[in-house]
Amino acid sequence: MLKNNFNIIITGVGGQGVVTLLSILDQAALIEGNDVKSSELHGLSQRGGSVETHVKFGEKVYSPLVFNGQADLIIGLEMLEGLRAVYRASAKTKFLVNDHFMPFIGSLTKEDISNKLKNNLKDKLFLVPASEICTKELGNEVVSGIYLLGYASFNNLIPLRPESIERAIEKIVPGKYLELNKKAFLLSKNGK
Amino acid sequence: MKKEILLGNEAIVKAALASGVDFVSGYPGCPAAEVGDIFGKIAKDNGVYSEWSNNEKTALEAAIGASFSGLKSMVNMKSFGINVCSDSLLPLVYTGTKGPMVIVLGDDPSCWSSAQTEQNSRAYAYLARIPMLEPSDPQECYDFTKLGFEISEKFNIPVILRTTTRVAHQKMPVTTDDIPKRTERRMGEFIKNPHQFCTMPPRVMEMKEELISKILKIRKFAETGDLNKVIKSKKPSKIGIITSGISYLYTKEALEIMGLDMPILKIGLFYPLAENKVRTFIKGLKKVLVAEELDGYLEKEITALAKDTNPKLEIHGKDLLPEVKELNTEKMGIALAKLTNKKFNVNKGKVVVVPTRYPMLCQGCPHLFVLSTIKRVAPDAIFGGDIGCYMIAGYPPHNVQDYLFSMGAGLGISHGVKKSTNQKVISLIGDGTFFHSGIAGMINAVYNKSNPLIILLDNRITAMTGHQTNPGVGKTNMGEETVMLLPEEIAKACGVKNIKVLDPINVKELENSIKEFLNKEEVSLIVCRRICALLEKRQQKNVEK
Repeated sequence: MLKNNFNIIITGVGGQGVVTLLSILDQAALIEGNDVKSSELHGLSQRGGSVETHVKFGEKVYSPLVFNGQADLIIGLEMLEGLRAVYRASAKTKFLVNDHFMPFIGSLTKEDISNKLKNNLKDKLFLVPASEICTKELGNEVVSGIYLLGYASFNNLIPLRPESIERAIEKIVPGKYLELNKKAFLLSKNGK
Repeated sequence: MKKEILLGNEAIVKAALASGVDFVSGYPGCPAAEVGDIFGKIAKDNGVYSEWSNNEKTALEAAIGASFSGLKSMVNMKSFGINVCSDSLLPLVYTGTKGPMVIVLGDDPSCWSSAQTEQNSRAYAYLARIPMLEPSDPQECYDFTKLGFEISEKFNIPVILRTTTRVAHQKMPVTTDDIPKRTERRMGEFIKNPHQFCTMPPRVMEMKEELISKILKIRKFAETGDLNKVIKSKKPSKIGIITSGISYLYTKEALEIMGLDMPILKIGLFYPLAENKVRTFIKGLKKVLVAEELDGYLEKEITALAKDTNPKLEIHGKDLLPEVKELNTEKMGIALAKLTNKKFNVNKGKVVVVPTRYPMLCQGCPHLFVLSTIKRVAPDAIFGGDIGCYMIAGYPPHNVQDYLFSMGAGLGISHGVKKSTNQKVISLIGDGTFFHSGIAGMINAVYNKSNPLIILLDNRITAMTGHQTNPGVGKTNMGEETVMLLPEEIAKACGVKNIKVLDPINVKELENSIKEFLNKEEVSLIVCRRICALLEKRQQKNVEK
């Protein structure tokens, strides 16, 4: 039961749309007949600080929190926040990290973060320039999280079918942003 | 019947609708604010009245009025809100309700979205003698809200639904009822009954007696049904666990990971405790672990009950689980390992030292102009902080916050500092906090001839908790037009002599006003009025739409 659960941690910076990604994953997991639980943070944590959210799905899920070493996949919407989550990983945890840096006073340099990610995670790291691709292809960086969901799904990093996630996007994302989000999701299907 | 993914707070709203709620009031606070937010959007279409009140006390009092008029009410607030409204909560439990009432109270263990204290509001159940339900997940948020209304209706007593961040902001598939459609608002009728509604002595003493016997009845009721339930072990076990709220989920998960099999008593009604259920559960046990977050209130009660039921029982709780910060499966696993001499593998991941990313004021935030200006113009001043986005003033690079307490406390303390020293004091307060409880502090400062400089950061909204309306906005929670109260007019009426209203992007004007007002012998007020940058962006988007 629990062994077969799939556990995801999504980290990022408040305002990057982490909660939307969580809702989409919840919905997609339900569409495929899973039990699912997730935990999100609102309020002070959303004001540009570090945000960490959890989602778990499978036959039966008890707690909404993924505990250390139990994450199958960690998605970092920002690279320093991805690096911050390294301590939560086990040897099997895969890391999908947006090659995107949101600096602040006293932060590490981009090169430093990059090196630390690579040295610590080795072949478990998928460092993808999602923000850059979305800005170039769609003129909008905001959907880089959705792009990463697509990347994870098309590269078998998440055991959910792309069609299920697409259906979940249709259910969660408001009409006027739907096209943009679907495009972002499908971008990596064609190897971009 | 329907199954859909819901946030704990969304489940509470659905259950309130299914229970036929008429009247919803509250004050926004994390992790409870979504309850009022959602009602603001749907109230009209569902024949419900919804308001953001100016603080938790007036919110509760509004609901008391509704209850005394026979309506079904819900009040929502965060942990500290119960402190604010406790003055009216305690007598309400004495008088009892007429129409049923559920108070949604969101605690925030680990202070994810709270300054102030890591409050465990469960203590209020004892202080006020108010029944308190503790759901562990969104499905229970739904079921317990309905149950809360039932208990309230059956026993004429308000009921607290106490959530925590990990419950209120947890999502899962929830089975809900088909909600009967209602579009007309139900109106109540206030039938005079001073015997019930007036807490004058000597009647108040009788009321206390009545309340005590009511609690006895609810305690009996709690012995029945599934409100507090035993999850039996497959094989007989001499070790058992008593738990409530979110701790139940961590318990289940840790047991399963460790391959342990032991019975669990899951407490749904924290107060009054179903003592006989506890007695029956602990009778044959050698050891019991009381798994609860923060303070060990249940542990104390169980220790008292074990004295005559099972004096040899080994009771564990706060010796194995921390009193500070929220629990999780790992902490439960470690406690269970100690209890059973089994192994629990803690994954020690690689430690990479990463600098803290503090919450920040948003790009274009009007507070940015104020914080940098006061720091430059009055570097030696004492800076009084208060609750809102601007408490980010306490983080680097601003570091302009010398004390931070509860809502509105900044002005109160600044007055005391000003009276006790010869130092300059600048006290920051937001518009929402000013209307919540800042006005009283300002009056006290004027009355007692003090002279702090109050800088009111008026961004035209209660921003921190997600842009809720307040008395300065000109709109109610249901989107109706209403009077727009101006802090400067209130200040004038309260006797503040030196008042300036400005746009903080006019830095020179702000600078000169600070210099001028810091030398005044009376209370001064600078209202820095500029709309929250996020709200402005959102409004522009809505116009474009």
